[in-house]
Amino acid sequence: MLSLLSGLVGLGASRYRSLLRLVCFPLLGLSGLAAATGGLLVLTGDAVAAQLPLGLPWLPWSVRVDALSGFILLLIGVVVFAVAVFGPGYTREFLHGRHSLSALGVFTGLFVAGMQLVVIADDAFMFMVAWELMSLSSYFLVAFQHENAANRRAAFLYLLMAHVGGLAILLGYGVLAAFGGGFTFEAMRAAELPALWAGVAFALAFFGFGMKAGLVPLHAWLPEAHPVAPSHISALMSGVMLKVAIYGFVRVTFDLIGTLQVDWGVIVLLVGSVSALLGVLYAMQQTDIKRLLAYSSIENVGVIFMALGLAMIFLASGQPLLGSLGLIAALYHALNHAVFKSLLFLGAGAVIQQTHQHSLEHMGGLLKRLPYTGTFFLIGCLSIASLPPFNGFASEWLTLQTALQGVVLESGVLRIVIPVTAAMLALTAALGAMLFVRLYGIAFLGQPRTRQARQAHLPSFGMRAAQGLLAVLCLLLGVLPALAIDVMGAIPQSLGGLPEPGITGEGWLWLTPVSPAVASYSAPLVLLGLGLTWGLFYLLLHGRKEQPLRRVHPWDCGFGPLSPRMQYTATAFAQPVRRIFQPVWQLDEKVERLSDDKSSQLTGLRHQLLVTDRSWGLLYEPIGRWVLRAARRLALLQSGNIRTYLSYSFFTLLFLLWLIT
Amino acid sequence: MADYLTLQGWLLALLQTALFVTAAPLLVGWLRLLKARLQNRSAPALTQPYRDLSKLFRKEVIVADTASPLFRAAPYVVFSATVVTAAVIPLLAVHLPTAAIADVIVLVGFLALARFFLALAGMDVGTAFGGMGSSREMTIASLAEPAMLMAIFTLTMTAQSSNISHAIDFLLAQGLVLRPSFMFALLALLLVAVAETGRIPVDNPTTHLELTMVHEAMILEYSGRHLALMEWAAQLKLMIYGVLIANIFFPWGIAVESTPTALLLGLAAITGKLMLLCVVLAVAETALAKMRLFRVPGYLNLAFLFALLGMLSHVILEVGA
Repeated sequence: MLSLLSGLVGLGASRYRSLLRLVCFPLLGLSGLAAATGGLLVLTGDAVAAQLPLGLPWLPWSVRVDALSGFILLLIGVVVFAVAVFGPGYTREFLHGRHSLSALGVFTGLFVAGMQLVVIADDAFMFMVAWELMSLSSYFLVAFQHENAANRRAAFLYLLMAHVGGLAILLGYGVLAAFGGGFTFEAMRAAELPALWAGVAFALAFFGFGMKAGLVPLHAWLPEAHPVAPSHISALMSGVMLKVAIYGFVRVTFDLIGTLQVDWGVIVLLVGSVSALLGVLYAMQQTDIKRLLAYSSIENVGVIFMALGLAMIFLASGQPLLGSLGLIAALYHALNHAVFKSLLFLGAGAVIQQTHQHSLEHMGGLLKRLPYTGTFFLIGCLSIASLPPFNGFASEWLTLQTALQGVVLESGVLRIVIPVTAAMLALTAALGAMLFVRLYGIAFLGQPRTRQARQAHLPSFGMRAAQGLLAVLCLLLGVLPALAIDVMGAIPQSLGGLPEPGITGEGWLWLTPVSPAVASYSAPLVLLGLGLTWGLFYLLLHGRKEQPLRRVHPWDCGFGPLSPRMQYTATAFAQPVRRIFQPVWQLDEKVERLSDDKSSQLTGLRHQLLVTDRSWGLLYEPIGRWVLRAARRLALLQSGNIRTYLSYSFFTLLFLLWLIT
Repeated sequence: MADYLTLQGWLLALLQTALFVTAAPLLVGWLRLLKARLQNRSAPALTQPYRDLSKLFRKEVIVADTASPLFRAAPYVVFSATVVTAAVIPLLAVHLPTAAIADVIVLVGFLALARFFLALAGMDVGTAFGGMGSSREMTIASLAEPAMLMAIFTLTMTAQSSNISHAIDFLLAQGLVLRPSFMFALLALLLVAVAETGRIPVDNPTTHLELTMVHEAMILEYSGRHLALMEWAAQLKLMIYGVLIANIFFPWGIAVESTPTALLLGLAAITGKLMLLCVVLAVAETALAKMRLFRVPGYLNLAFLFALLGMLSHVILEVGA
């Protein structure tokens, strides 16, 4: 196990020098495989700890892999492996461009190594170093196509917000270390914090990790930064990096702080549900395929935080069994989201590579041209829309079941708040289904809307294989959730000895949170039922003889052939939702009537729609203005005169001397 | 869990599902007959839906040349998902093995799966109508789903179980108790059922007017056996909501043990309940006019409000009382 871990780090190091994509990606794949096996070994076995001969002399870096980090390591490994299979085909288009492939290779390697190190770190020092490694290297990946000003702006915003968040995490660790008397997690775990300081540490951790995870209203960087990176990097950022932030939050809150309070849980639950709902509503109005997926990541992170909030509420009110149920639901959703979101981003990458279009309005009919990508993408859409028997449904079902157990709580307010948030989750899931009908229906079905969409070709074998792998995982995790959750059973134990929830008490066929009498779900039997009915009716209808089927032009109401422009557009599809939830967005809609000069007859209409995120106007722009104003005040200090600066130093020196005497 | 997963139980469950699926067109026939009588028209035969289906099954299938393979798979997915939903709901007897496969939240998931494919199929050919129907259907469904789940939560929190069989058991054991929360939940579920099954005043199953159709717009391009499966699934969906409302809110008469007399009694009871529900629906459909699409959110908000009131009255009045 130890050699494996050092091998991981070594692999990370050896990758930097490997400039060729032929060396880079296989190494990345190996690293992914190693992480996945390592994680699985720890999940089924015991925790492993070691001290690395690195770091400062009096502060050695210690690593430790317990069930929780093993699980996240597994998640990282799976996605990294898929990305490594996908990468060679995808980066082919950069070969002849003016982009530096070596930069891509180096920073991808550093990025992955950073994420793996964050997860295995056992002291705050190493955690922060790895965290910064992850943030900085991903900044360079976001800025990869830097000739575009919008990309540079997105990358800068990302860097800025990552550092504000990193600062909050650092301060949070500072509070914990002050009471624990050391930077190791073990010391922090043993520390007894007064309620007020525990609250401060929690608030800082929630702010810092929430910013990295993209919780509303700290999400502004996410829909800017994720879409502009190359697609396989977007898959890593959305699929894995957000999960590393969630790992950090779980580690600090459930493990290091330990004693939870109900209020924290309520805050996390409410912020999570608002993020989920706003995430999906904003995603609904996007026409750029990758921006849409990025906003949908905000939705899913919100769902994960809802489950975490429920877990915290139950743990704080003395219901450890239900608490670990919520925790398992959250982590299972994290795993599922990692799998289907990276599948969707890889699919989007394949589509963009083939059509060179980012907007849904320029796609269409792609299922016929990219049958493999289309099919796998459909599986991803079904999973993310939380439909049975796919994996997204299994984890959302567990979350809802946790919420339904809110009746056991004593507070009447909570007994109402929890079902209402559950209804918000239902609304989110239903809107999510609509969102992915829109995405899939516009991009993959119908007729091609542009020449580029009509001329799309099959992507390379590796790209298809990576998507196929993730699609199969989606189905397996959805149909056999009991097996996966069984493996995850050790995680609550590793977080301060929480009990294992008896979700899989009835064998591999059944999911039975709480007890079989309360609720049960059997995904394998559901799949069997669906398959049997389908097979039976297919045989009944096709068994006797070849059934007639005629291909004709679709009905055009007698007005001549249908053109692709007559199809519903993505903007039109979302119009009812835009109208119903109007106050959520800042809408700028203009309709211009074009008319003939002579006859003043209407010849055409020009429609312009700009949908902006409200958080910009309400939060970020005021903060930005305030910072600029403060900076201008401070600039008065700088006169440019050397004598002034010397007198500054002199007075500072005097002040310091006075302080120490 | 294992105590009722017996061979006899599975057989009974299979029979019940078959009965459910075959009886669905009959329910629609009865509804049409009632509506015709109420509107002073001469009514079609009770078995007319069966004749329509068998005619469609025999007819040639015409597929648009712009359609993808998904277009041909969708009717099977929609129909299978709806049949599996029907299999989960206790029709005649409680505690059949199929009831344990999925609880009421999974049931909502099955219906969502069917709707997902229905909406995708609507967009597949690339005509304007299909996209319009899909967009409207998904909008209505996404507003109806929270109201439905909220009503269901009220029920499951009372019964301490989201398994329908267990919930019915609990209600039977309680006897006739008037609960304000259930009245509100029933109202909410009735409103949602009308919206989800595409009846007046939300959608009109008999219209083919471009501006108003929702469900019909999505299946406009279908013909032959594909259309038959889609139609049958829609009829099944109506019956699913009917049986859900009938057996959850008025569970009396359902067979608790699987003896022939109890099952026959269960059959008689559910027939009576569904016939009565259809009378209510037919009267409502005759008396009301279809509303504008953008009035529907208000209507569904009302449903959500009822469900919320049900939840509040459950928490305030009933817990601990």
